[in-house]
Amino acid sequence: MTARAGTAEEPLRVAVVGAGPAGYYAADHLFRQQTAVVAVDLFDRLPTPFGLVRAGVAPDHQKIKSVTAAFDKVAAHPRFRFYGGVEFGRDVPVEDLRRHYHQILYSTGAQTDRRMGIPGEDLRGSHAATEFVAWYNGHPDYRDRQFDLSQERAAVVGVGNVAIDVARILCRSPEELATTDIADYALDALRKSRVKEVYLLGRRGPAQAAFTNPEIKELGELADADVSALPAEVELDELSRAALERSPDRATQKKVEILREYARRAPTGRSKRLILRFLVSPVELRGGDAGEVVAMRLVQNTLQATATGALQARPTERFEELPVGLVFRSVGYRGVPLPGVPFNDSWGVILNERGRVLDPETRQPRVGEYTAGWIKRGPTGVIGTNKPDAAETVACMLEDLGQGRLLHPDEPDPAAAERLVRARQPGYFSYADWLRLDALEVARGRLAGRPRVKFASVEEMRAALER
Amino acid sequence: MNIASILASKGREVVTIGPRQTVRQALRVLVAHNIGALVVVGEADRPVGIVSERDIVREAARNERVFTRTVAAIMTKDVILGQPQDDLSSVGHTMTERRIRHLPVMDGGRLVGIVSIGDVVKAQRDRYQGEVETLQTQLLDDRA
Repeated sequence: MTARAGTAEEPLRVAVVGAGPAGYYAADHLFRQQTAVVAVDLFDRLPTPFGLVRAGVAPDHQKIKSVTAAFDKVAAHPRFRFYGGVEFGRDVPVEDLRRHYHQILYSTGAQTDRRMGIPGEDLRGSHAATEFVAWYNGHPDYRDRQFDLSQERAAVVGVGNVAIDVARILCRSPEELATTDIADYALDALRKSRVKEVYLLGRRGPAQAAFTNPEIKELGELADADVSALPAEVELDELSRAALERSPDRATQKKVEILREYARRAPTGRSKRLILRFLVSPVELRGGDAGEVVAMRLVQNTLQATATGALQARPTERFEELPVGLVFRSVGYRGVPLPGVPFNDSWGVILNERGRVLDPETRQPRVGEYTAGWIKRGPTGVIGTNKPDAAETVACMLEDLGQGRLLHPDEPDPAAAERLVRARQPGYFSYADWLRLDALEVARGRLAGRPRVKFASVEEMRAALER
Repeated sequence: MNIASILASKGREVVTIGPRQTVRQALRVLVAHNIGALVVVGEADRPVGIVSERDIVREAARNERVFTRTVAAIMTKDVILGQPQDDLSSVGHTMTERRIRHLPVMDGGRLVGIVSIGDVVKAQRDRYQGEVETLQTQLLDDRA
């Protein structure tokens, strides 16, 4: 019977776990190919789709979110279904999926952050940047987090795009934020914020910083914050200069020019200051009497070349103390193991080869299990990077289909899978539910002159749908 | 992007061979795994060289008895070792300039992977494709 999977009579049934960009791009590739008839059921732990496009991309970066229009087109396919609010493992374990699908694809992203591994990291006032991001974006799991915005000085550790987002949101004026889709409670809290100085700390030099030029230029155009940098820290060291001469790169040259210009800027009296620091690493957070962060001890770094010519930070003997009451770490992300799915602890991803999940003992592919996105390759690239990534995985899926390497589900009937979901999670959210929520959010936003006003808890969403 | 992002979806362990094994044995391992190079490891699994198809072809061209030679005799000895955090742009540059096709990767004294120049080119291609994809989405939105 499964020999015919992929035909109109018996479509190839694929379960995708995780409704972020990688999951949608995988579904898109599966629907676009011509060799097999495919049906996709997309599961997500949250009632709403889009993963980090909804819960990660900064509220003042609306244009980046326009990619969801392409995702809605994928969802309009007649053989696409969405099961929101249904958690893999808890509601539907892998054994259940094996009974209903020929192939399972995991695209759950990198859900936890790397720690700095320094003393004082868990003091009150020290947070993972991702928690702050999820909070201001209205992620239902994070809406009750507290951040002490009565502090005047904050440090953001890292210079990747998450670090930049956090620093920028802290520096935005309430007027700027009020036109975005930031969560209402976060807007209220940020209105009362007393944060005046924000330090962005890079462990390597300006030429190695991960941020892009549009991101760094945006920091120089904030309505209510002066940006600055230390002249000595934005001059290139010998090694960086030599590397840039060996392989000239316009974007890096431009980045350094922008930072040099920031270092020359005189303060204009805006109410906040954003200070970009390079070649420094936190070595300790110092606590006050009540167990709260009061300062950060930094070591200054120099750069050294590895055997491949890459430049690494190396600590010197020079230290400094930075008084800060709020710390956000953004030094990397890791995937979280899924119940019953092999994990590669070295890289924090599902154990896989080009998207095929591997058995940890034999290192051979596990039949019918695949992965895409950050949980496959680690947290790198932009949203669009997930498209070629998902294409690679889908190519493996189709090759395996051709070879008959598939699961043999006992109940491939789509109605049977829906009965299972209904039994385990009667209050699940369909795509039609999401489209209604989306329309309601946008309508609420229109009244307030904002792109949307988000529902930020599952209860609010149910109430809005009158369920 | 760095080397770790390539190794994350390579999955399999690095295929190695001992320096005292023969070229015939090395060929069998290459064929069995359908790969082009083996990391040669000595005591305590320290990499001491790389033996590639190219090394074997070069030896075969001048020696009828290539198959019974030891790996140590024909391997490339001065191997450049990478680290998981090395930037892909630097790695790509160094591999291209020095004509290195395979780079063993060490993490804290342990051999954790090997990346080929093909892996690096593919990772860079996917990165650019991804950026173009994202830019296109935003531009198309502008026109809408």
